[in-house]
Amino acid sequence: MNALSVHAPVLLVATPLLAAFVVPLVAKLGSTVRNAVVGVFTLLTASLAGLVAANVLAGSGAPSVYVFGASPLNLTLPSGMHVPIRILFEVDGMSAFMILITALVAVAATLYSFSYFKEHSGGEMYYPLLFLLLAAIFGMEETGDLFNFFVFLEIAGIAACGLIGFRPWRGRSQEAAFKTMALYTLSGLFVLIALGLLYGQHGGLNIAYLSSRVGAEMLDLVALGLLVVALGMKAGVAPMHMWALDAYGEAPAPISAVLVASSQASLYGLFRVLFTLFGAAVSVAALGWFLIALSVLTLFVGVTMALLQKDIKRLIAYGAVSQIGYMLLGVGVGFTTSGSRPAYGFVAMQGGIFHMVNDAACIGLLFLAAGAVHRASGTRDLNRMGGLGHDMKWTAALFAIGALALAGVPPFNGFSSKLLIYESSFAASPILAAIAILSSILLLAVFMKVFQAAFLGPRLLENVREASRGMLVSMLMLAVVVVVFGLFPGFFVDKLVTPAAKALWLGRDAYVRAVLGG
Amino acid sequence: MGNFPFVVAMLLVILGLYTLLFKRNLIKLVIGASLIETGVNLFLVALGYRTAGIAPIYTYAPPALADRMVLPTPQALTLTSIVIGLATTALLLSFAVVIHRHYGTLDVREVKELKG
Repeated sequence: MNALSVHAPVLLVATPLLAAFVVPLVAKLGSTVRNAVVGVFTLLTASLAGLVAANVLAGSGAPSVYVFGASPLNLTLPSGMHVPIRILFEVDGMSAFMILITALVAVAATLYSFSYFKEHSGGEMYYPLLFLLLAAIFGMEETGDLFNFFVFLEIAGIAACGLIGFRPWRGRSQEAAFKTMALYTLSGLFVLIALGLLYGQHGGLNIAYLSSRVGAEMLDLVALGLLVVALGMKAGVAPMHMWALDAYGEAPAPISAVLVASSQASLYGLFRVLFTLFGAAVSVAALGWFLIALSVLTLFVGVTMALLQKDIKRLIAYGAVSQIGYMLLGVGVGFTTSGSRPAYGFVAMQGGIFHMVNDAACIGLLFLAAGAVHRASGTRDLNRMGGLGHDMKWTAALFAIGALALAGVPPFNGFSSKLLIYESSFAASPILAAIAILSSILLLAVFMKVFQAAFLGPRLLENVREASRGMLVSMLMLAVVVVVFGLFPGFFVDKLVTPAAKALWLGRDAYVRAVLGG
Repeated sequence: MGNFPFVVAMLLVILGLYTLLFKRNLIKLVIGASLIETGVNLFLVALGYRTAGIAPIYTYAPPALADRMVLPTPQALTLTSIVIGLATTALLLSFAVVIHRHYGTLDVREVKELKG
């Protein structure tokens, strides 16, 4: 048991990776065996994620290091070396928080896929790609090494695009997959150039080591710029959000939910770069205002364009883009006010980070519900739907929960994190709070329109059946998270969000010390 | 002379970016992505190179030459990057093939169902 707990960080990446290669083999034995194996591996991965997170949170979010091939496993600098040369994982409160989000979405998406893909063939290709994507996301969240991060970023990109274009009989999905892959490649190469610059300057790729060495020199700042652009692009921040709409809109429904977690992993990378890697090197206030500008643009684009959509999944995709704006707003305000009003800054950070899990749960729920609607009605065009609520009572109720949470209506979880963002961004500038609240109101209007168009009114479509039980259970799982996080926000903020926010906000020194000692 | 490889690498990256942004043919977009990748790989290799360098193998190297070894890490990075580049290029090309099958064209101006 102890060995398991010690090796949990690496097993968390190795288990889905193994699953990705085992599943195609057992798929030869039929879909029941395959689904059983997929289910076992998913549960195993999720429990490992829980174990890793529990270990870190038991130490109140202090970073724990896992050095590959070292003995003891936290030996970062063997025999008088000054540069950590081994590959290592470094898991702190923020990583643990992200790992839990990914595990939650992974379990819901896999369970949903079992019934979603019942009629389709191709499961022996679908689940391996899904497991590869999960392994890569966990890797991105755990690694303490920039090149490792790049490799996991690329694996995530390739697996995600394989899944977006998973249904080749739909031309539009291929279009979306091509666009997304081209952008992912570009952003990956930007990251690689930045790595080259940092390596050339400082002779190492370990995040903690680089963090102790980078300064405000020209080449370091170029590297920072490239990293911000590349990771912002992969996270779907406006004005580089176009791929996200196509990808979320055209991917199979459970994959859209996992893609949200994947984008959040890129966002995590962005935060890691800003707070940990360059935390001591650059002017905090200027960067904070830059993030705030991006977030306002993202909010604006996401919400206004959502008003115009007729395709239900593309509309939710715009909603997902706008939520990235809230996270950036929280963290940007935290950045700006960290010097002048640290109390408000910390609340803003908590809000931005808490919103990540809330977004994953309620956007995931909406994508899954939209998938059920698409499956039942055969269309995604809102103008051709109507009255689905007569036959799909459960789906309608679950969609309503997700939509209200997204729009920040109490008592659902979106409200609790948005409230933290409203009250703290007010301290930075009242205009920001007004924009954030206005966006929420517009989102409410958008999703009321969708709910009315799809579920209310007279029956327009014949032979509509309720979503299958597996789909309902996975949606219910996310809905429970939405409601529980909304009813007891204090508990979760204390136990999960505060360690994560502290690890980012104040944890740079601890992060560096864990590797370099001293 | 010392900076020549970096200039070439940046030229390749810029050419690739130009291709990716302004060309209309899907295959040419893939070529653009591939050009950027080549430029980045060249940049990485040039980063680790030393004039009149030798292979970084300690076992048989005379101690006097130890400071003339080229850096091994950028070469490892480049190898990994080449493998990843192969995967992305193959995936992009296969999407292009399926798109051509659906729409009968590789012109991005005619493949645009996704808008707005």
